[in-house]
Amino acid sequence: MATAPEVAKPLARPISQPAFNVVRIREDFPILKEQIHGKPLVYLDNAATTQKPRAVMEAEQRFYLTQCSNIHRGVHYLSEQATRAYEDVRVKVQRFLNAGEAREIIFVRGTTEAINLVANTYGRKNIQAGDEILITAMEHHSNIVPWQILCEEKGALLRVALINDHGELLLDEFEKLLNPRTRFVSVVHVSNVLGTINPVAQIIKMAHRWNVPVLLDGAQAAAHLKVDVRALDCDFYTLSGHKLYGPTGIGVLYGKAALLAAMPPYQGGGDMISSVSFAKTTYNVIPYKFEAGTPNIAGTIGLGAAIDYLNGLGFEAVGAHEQELLAYAAQALSRIPGLRLIGTAKEKAAVLSFVLDGLHPHDVGTVLDQEGIAVRTGHHCAQPLMDRFGVPATTRASLAFYNTKEEIDALVKGIQKVKEILG
Amino acid sequence: MSDLRELYQEVILDHSKHPHNFRAMQDASRSAQGYNPLCGDKVTLYVKLEGDRITDVSFQGTGCAISTASASILTQVLKGKTRDEAEALFERFHDLVTGHGEPDGKGPDLGKLAVFSGVSKFPVRVKCATLVWHTLRSALSGSEEVVTTESAVE
Repeated sequence: MATAPEVAKPLARPISQPAFNVVRIREDFPILKEQIHGKPLVYLDNAATTQKPRAVMEAEQRFYLTQCSNIHRGVHYLSEQATRAYEDVRVKVQRFLNAGEAREIIFVRGTTEAINLVANTYGRKNIQAGDEILITAMEHHSNIVPWQILCEEKGALLRVALINDHGELLLDEFEKLLNPRTRFVSVVHVSNVLGTINPVAQIIKMAHRWNVPVLLDGAQAAAHLKVDVRALDCDFYTLSGHKLYGPTGIGVLYGKAALLAAMPPYQGGGDMISSVSFAKTTYNVIPYKFEAGTPNIAGTIGLGAAIDYLNGLGFEAVGAHEQELLAYAAQALSRIPGLRLIGTAKEKAAVLSFVLDGLHPHDVGTVLDQEGIAVRTGHHCAQPLMDRFGVPATTRASLAFYNTKEEIDALVKGIQKVKEILG
Repeated sequence: MSDLRELYQEVILDHSKHPHNFRAMQDASRSAQGYNPLCGDKVTLYVKLEGDRITDVSFQGTGCAISTASASILTQVLKGKTRDEAEALFERFHDLVTGHGEPDGKGPDLGKLAVFSGVSKFPVRVKCATLVWHTLRSALSGSEEVVTTESAVE
């Protein structure tokens, strides 16, 4: 008998997908029905935090209602259930990032803690006086300050790769900064201010030619792009659950097993040890070596539900919808006289930072808020980047898959109101 | 009047677009810097004192409409005041923008400062209005440290 033709095999997804049904999806996010100052909420502050689908809240609640127990220590039923639920999420995250092994997934509070963990363990052990750490001009403070602290302690040097006026990394310049003294590269995957998607695969290849490990700050990327840590060959990847439609206070550090195993522990306490005596303590294996104390169990379970939800939508569909919105918004905003977009990279996620001639972002934000429109104003924890573009602050609209073209229209109308009030 | 119109009164917008006494002062007796790390507002305030009396005030910096107008109006109302009068005025102004004061409460007449009454409906904007006043306090006390809105308790 001839082998069955390819098409006869069951596919993971139907070939013709139904159009992305944003109206139906919005039903999953109860907060989107809220009224703010008597107007429907237009939530455009997703880079700060995303809203949570009902499934995430229900998962957390289910844990507290029916499973609440500590993990990794009880012999009783609930503890066993909670431990399983917690460890299941580790496997979910492993698959989500396409990591090779579940033990390469460390649960932390968020991206900030993940970067601090690496700076304090890998960094402290491997960075010496005269060594160099390389970052870019578009880093969030959380990917600047931990390295500055380390450099100050060790007498090492923090070097910064520059960007062009579109907000794109100057890759040639970046490569020139790599040298025999470079010991670590830490780069943002997607900029929280500019939306720029960095050419991380090339960055990693360049750094690896010098045997330099690379950490990617994935806080803004993980909710919008399919991340494959093995295809990228990155050494560390970090993400925050709350920017991924999950709860606050939970995040992930991915690290290659060999690197993690060789790193000293971050915090001491319960669960991170295998035996303790007053003379000597033996540390637990990874990932537990880096998870001292009772972790955020409910948050972890909520993160698992968020990943399930996102996988259910599919990154292809999410990405297509967000890119369509981005193009629509960029066009609509650039038609507004006196408005300048900050961050116009070719490869860009759905983040729109802008300044309005003669108007301060803080005032813009206040007027928009009265229209029910939530945007972020300020320096977005990226003061060096503000200096680079010569602005004290920007107004930022950051989009998610549940946003609509009508909401972009509301933003444009809101900006007209801003000009009316402040003009 | 809507809350927004009350916040952004014409007088405030005029001062923010054409601030008064917006200049450095070479022969200032005192100067101080104020900074709001949340929105990036920066102000440098210059004060000339003769004895206990403020004879000139000027400022420079970048900020939102509220903080710029607040600085501009401050420079107008403080000229000729004593240090104690300036301090009393700040207390009255602070009550106004935080919504704590009695409309006809005790203390000095607010005069032009009364245009900031709309700020009290926007609690996150109180720091914009008071940044320059905290900076004044720092200048008068001769403090070397940059005032930030995060170190001042509202």
